[in-house]
Amino acid sequence: MPYARFVQIGRVCLVNYGPMRGSLVVVVNVVDHNRVLVEGPAAGISRQVIRLTRLSLTDLMVPIQLGARPGTLAKAYAKAGIDEAWAASSWGKKLSTRSKRANLSDYDRFKVMVARKTKSRAIGKEVKRLKKAAA
Amino acid sequence: MVSATRDQRVKRKAAQETTTTITKKIGGDKNGGERTITKTVGSKWYNADNVKTPVASRKHVHKPRKLRASLKPGAVLILLSGRHRAKRVVMLGSLPSGLLLVTGPYAINGVPMRRVDAAYVIATSTIVDVSGVDVSKYDDAYFKRTKKPSGVDVDMEESAKRPVPEHKIADQKAVDAALIAEIKKDSLLKPYLSSLFTLTDGQAPHELKF
Repeated sequence: MPYARFVQIGRVCLVNYGPMRGSLVVVVNVVDHNRVLVEGPAAGISRQVIRLTRLSLTDLMVPIQLGARPGTLAKAYAKAGIDEAWAASSWGKKLSTRSKRANLSDYDRFKVMVARKTKSRAIGKEVKRLKKAAA
Repeated sequence: MVSATRDQRVKRKAAQETTTTITKKIGGDKNGGERTITKTVGSKWYNADNVKTPVASRKHVHKPRKLRASLKPGAVLILLSGRHRAKRVVMLGSLPSGLLLVTGPYAINGVPMRRVDAAYVIATSTIVDVSGVDVSKYDDAYFKRTKKPSGVDVDMEESAKRPVPEHKIADQKAVDAALIAEIKKDSLLKPYLSSLFTLTDGQAPHELKF
């Protein structure tokens, strides 16, 4: 099967452009080949039409009917545990790490550098020991 | 209630302004009780020529400099210019001249207590508690250098080796002691202050958070 993700009712998407960038929205209706009606209950994004080029489809789905009301959608979204599933996914983890890294202070960056050095030193030491043992 | 018309109000105001006399009470029985005196005595003569008086300059009024919010006492700063550039130092306070008072501390990274311009530092969000450091005696005069007498031939070698005054060494030690006690509370703070700031690949200074 070539495709696993489709533009369909209940598809959870990531906005990748504009002021809503980085927030999750759910497809509520499809306008045409280029645009869909979306709403982001957790991100506080009101129902609006958005171009598909500005969305990235995720694996997640919310079980809703076409044109589900905002209240119904919010309940279904919470019940499906979308935010938790997103946070657990590697894609979600990658984004959260990226934003965490971008928000580090100068001292935090120094601490990360020290931690990285400590880690690689420990690894190097262990590798050396194992090499010696194997030889 | 009918309010006064505009004409009436203008007249009333003019009457108030043109009152040029004051009645003063005068003591003594035979003095009539009070006397009317003109408010201001005008000049007795007029200058024949129109002498222009210079308008007071609005420049050179010393206003205390307003520092940006990130420059708080105790903030770790990155110096951007001068011989200590790229070093991380602790801000002790600001001086009336608008310059910042910083120190390395000297024992950690070799930056003595010195004044720096706020434009040449990056303020980081890291704050060291400097409430235990007494900086009340340090003002601009403390850092002012004595001018060499002009016209006197100064031996270059001798001037280059000008020693640091004893009292300044003692002051630096006192400030360092108080500050280092605070810095020791965080085990990574000392290596952080002794390290230099650099940009690495993919780091854009305008996008970094400090």
